[in-house]
Amino acid sequence: MTEQKSNKKTEEQNKNIKIVKDATCTFCGCVCDDMELHVDLDEKRIIKAKNACVLGRAWFAEHTIEDAPAALIDGKEVSVEEAVEEAAQTLVKAKFPITYGLSDTTSEAQKQAVAITDYIKGNIDTTTSVCHGPSGLAFQGVGESTSTLGEVKNRADLVIYWGGNPAESHPRHFGRYAVTPKGMFTPNGKKDRTIVLVDVRKTKSAGVADILIRPKPGKDFEVLWALRALVKGISISTDIEKETGVPLEVLTDLVERMKNCRFGVLFFGMGLTMTRGRHFNSGALLALATDLNEYTHFVAKPVRGHGNVTGADNVVSWQTGYPFGVNFSRGYPRFNPGEFTTVDTLSNGDADAAMIIASDPGSNFPKKAIEHLKNIPVVVLDTKSTDTTKLAHVAFKTATYGINTGGTVYRMDDVSIPLRPAFESPFPDDETILKAIKKRVHELILKKNDSRGASGEAKVAAAVNPL
Amino acid sequence: MSATMRIVNGQVYDPKNNINGEIKEICIQDGKIVDAVDDDATIIDAKGMVIMPGGVDIHCHIAGPKVNLARKLTPEARRHDVHPSTPFTRSGSGGTTPSTFAAGYRYATLGYTTAMEAAVSPIGARHVLEEFEDTPIIDKGFYVLLGNNIFLHNLIREKRFEEFEQAVAWWVNATKAYTVKLVNPGGDEAWKGKKNSNVTDIDEKTGPSSDISPRQIIEAFVKTVNKQGYPHPPHIHCNNLGHSGNYITTLETMKTAGDLRAHIAHIQFHSYGGVVGKNPISKAAEIADYVNKHPNITCDVGQVMFGESTIMTADAPLAYVLKGHTKGKWVNADTECESGCGILPFVYQEHLYMHTLQWAIGLELFLLSEDPWRIILSTDHPNGGSFMAYPKLIKLLMDEKFRHEEMKRVNQKALLKCSLPELKREYTLYEIAIITRAGPAKALGLETKGHLGVGADADITIYDLMDDKEMMFSTARYVFKSGEPMIANHEFTTDSKGKVYHIAPTYDNKIEEVLKPFFEDFYSIEFSNYPVDDHYLHQHEIIKTR
Ligand code: SF4
Ligand SMILES: [Zn+2]
Repeated sequence: MTEQKSNKKTEEQNKNIKIVKDATCTFCGCVCDDMELHVDLDEKRIIKAKNACVLGRAWFAEHTIEDAPAALIDGKEVSVEEAVEEAAQTLVKAKFPITYGLSDTTSEAQKQAVAITDYIKGNIDTTTSVCHGPSGLAFQGVGESTSTLGEVKNRADLVIYWGGNPAESHPRHFGRYAVTPKGMFTPNGKKDRTIVLVDVRKTKSAGVADILIRPKPGKDFEVLWALRALVKGISISTDIEKETGVPLEVLTDLVERMKNCRFGVLFFGMGLTMTRGRHFNSGALLALATDLNEYTHFVAKPVRGHGNVTGADNVVSWQTGYPFGVNFSRGYPRFNPGEFTTVDTLSNGDADAAMIIASDPGSNFPKKAIEHLKNIPVVVLDTKSTDTTKLAHVAFKTATYGINTGGTVYRMDDVSIPLRPAFESPFPDDETILKAIKKRVHELILKKNDSRGASGEAKVAAAVNPL
Repeated sequence: MSATMRIVNGQVYDPKNNINGEIKEICIQDGKIVDAVDDDATIIDAKGMVIMPGGVDIHCHIAGPKVNLARKLTPEARRHDVHPSTPFTRSGSGGTTPSTFAAGYRYATLGYTTAMEAAVSPIGARHVLEEFEDTPIIDKGFYVLLGNNIFLHNLIREKRFEEFEQAVAWWVNATKAYTVKLVNPGGDEAWKGKKNSNVTDIDEKTGPSSDISPRQIIEAFVKTVNKQGYPHPPHIHCNNLGHSGNYITTLETMKTAGDLRAHIAHIQFHSYGGVVGKNPISKAAEIADYVNKHPNITCDVGQVMFGESTIMTADAPLAYVLKGHTKGKWVNADTECESGCGILPFVYQEHLYMHTLQWAIGLELFLLSEDPWRIILSTDHPNGGSFMAYPKLIKLLMDEKFRHEEMKRVNQKALLKCSLPELKREYTLYEIAIITRAGPAKALGLETKGHLGVGADADITIYDLMDDKEMMFSTARYVFKSGEPMIANHEFTTDSKGKVYHIAPTYDNKIEEVLKPFFEDFYSIEFSNYPVDDHYLHQHEIIKTR
């Protein structure tokens, strides 16, 4: 063991190694920004990611530079410029172009993608529609009492995880933010907190829990509703155990803890949002946290997945007013999940062209949607080859955010974090490609207008009275 | 587009240069107002029109984490207020929390060319700057929330004022802010750490160890900011917002500043008499009197306009109190170590005593003010109502008859508790140009804004002169931004980004050695990733501190 270590040391010393401190891992929504990356500049790869969890280490290790063309049209190598031209022409020509993906790229690139979709009067949607979309809808219904993760670390003495398995999906969530860290009013870390885990399954996360609650599958809503009732002082029949699998005493005990803690937090995952009840479940949980503020300070927080899915929500919201599932066909944004969400625009056969950014619907969408995707021209930007790039009409290979490019990422609690790239990629980044497409798309659209005599200069000239 | 222009035949209102409606040529070259231009300059005939500098909003909430939460919260408020794209401009959606593009274009449509976002938690600064890049046409800046910052509270408690000054300057630099904002100073700890309570008195002890008062916090900031010579003084949202009897707190806050410069935000919400828990009465006269007599104080009104609004405030306990009335959806968002935030949709209703009184107090403050340069027009957008209500507010100030018609529709009991029905004053166009342009620019220390003298930025608005002032101020015929025509004959002709104003007070780097350990212990992001770097600024300008 020791021998191996020292071997490694000499190995590092002989190489052209750069160290990047306070770099950011974008693999999951924790967006840990305390990475120390050791970069082999000759081989262009990260040989060590200090502080990263097992998922983060894999993320950094797998991003090496492959020898591949930067752009393809129908599988044939072309220049990036040719591909940009073809992408712009394809999108402008379409009657119902859709843009999808966005959760694994910078907010700078996301801004460009919304702009393009606005210009072409298309439809934009993000991976939120297939993960925490229901939480977004619940938020619109009841609001949310929430906080940044640092506040959880500093203050929370009761931490409840509902329908998630952070030990495996967000490995550092416990250590960095919510379970073990020592904070301002939690100087003894885990000793100052009670950890509750509510999940139908017994997962690897169970190990940290002081209290484990296992409702019957599909009964989350009933349990949440019973808790709300108890918080409000309404009595609940002991039948609740038959219905949900959770004894009344367990619920009563939890309610007492929730009402009497100093600062409580409810984290929830896709086990809650993507099972029976969907946005009713998230809504009930958010309402429970809100109700508890009558007694003490209580917050709730969805545990978001992909690196920058929160950025996608934010960018689409500030540019259009709505978080996902937005359609511009009338020249202004309209929001209608179920109609303008991508599974629907594809499955219904509405879309006649698609631009997919940093996402692989070609492998993880329902069959009907994938079939339609195969029948329309698709523009794809991705760092690697995927099922979606394989069916692309125009495919760009791009640099990886946080590894090859800078930019901004939003953590699951809406805190924005800058990226520190480790080494350069020969491939352009998403923002650069999207900016080029945007510029060309806008030119093509203005040209259409010019031919109708409606240019800006013409308007000013008409408004100026020569004396 | 030619950047050389001559605007002729228009009535010019330029209070800073004492020009009161005279017919005067305005010449533009390279984005600035100049003395004269060549004969081949483009000529714009402004006959029958009124020329004013571009409007300056000193206090609004248009970008950043809390605004975006509000957008996500209220899709229904935007569905029927769409903002279509044009070949030159992007689309968006409106309501009381418009999307970034809609906000920029709508400000421009009203003739406003500068707006300051009034409350940004330091950790949210990067997000705000990202949104600013997408907020077109207008120039902007923001005020950074430091009044509930635990690190700074600790320094005040330990009387380490030297380090306090350095740390404040560090924070302003790290966030690229325009000045310091205090919101309900000292109230956050009670809210987050003491089961959702609040401070109720300026001398009440608060903080993690209950040993500093709001007054100590206010005093420390007023002294520091004045000493460091920021172009705009600390921007203060006093304690006890919205509560009956709060005018005492407001007076005490102003007295705490002594003769040092301070700006009191949305002062209407802080001018209530009466007893806590009971209906308030107007104390506008007392507040106006203090402001009239103290030239070191500037304020904006925070007028309430009937109809839809969005409460959006770093004063989280206040939002919770209001939630008790609306019983509807509500957002609370705590920011580690530095801020709180509350958001909820709200409707001001004519028939309610409280809402009518708030509306009346705002108008009283305008009408009782003796120095229009220091009482600035705002609705605390979107808290008192949208900035889109400014034209109607201008009509209320300029037209006594209209005011009386409006008074017929409101709660009559509330009118008995204020002096509004007796006030005869009507604002002139010259005074409107002060409270919407020259005054805010002066209070902000923006020397190239708010006037049309040689060397000023060529941010110019041209309105058709109309009897109905609401209609007149609703859509400018022309808007020039930095000398470029953005709107001509009511139509957008191009797009532009506008720039970011911020300040860069000097500080000793050694303060970072004090800050860093605190960050490592209590923040969730790395110290080195916290400050905002220059690439988020795009176009920007640093306004000098003294
Ligand atoms: S927890 Fe997530 S962000 Fe942090 S290192 Fe692991 S994968 Fe990366
Ligand atoms: Zn405000």
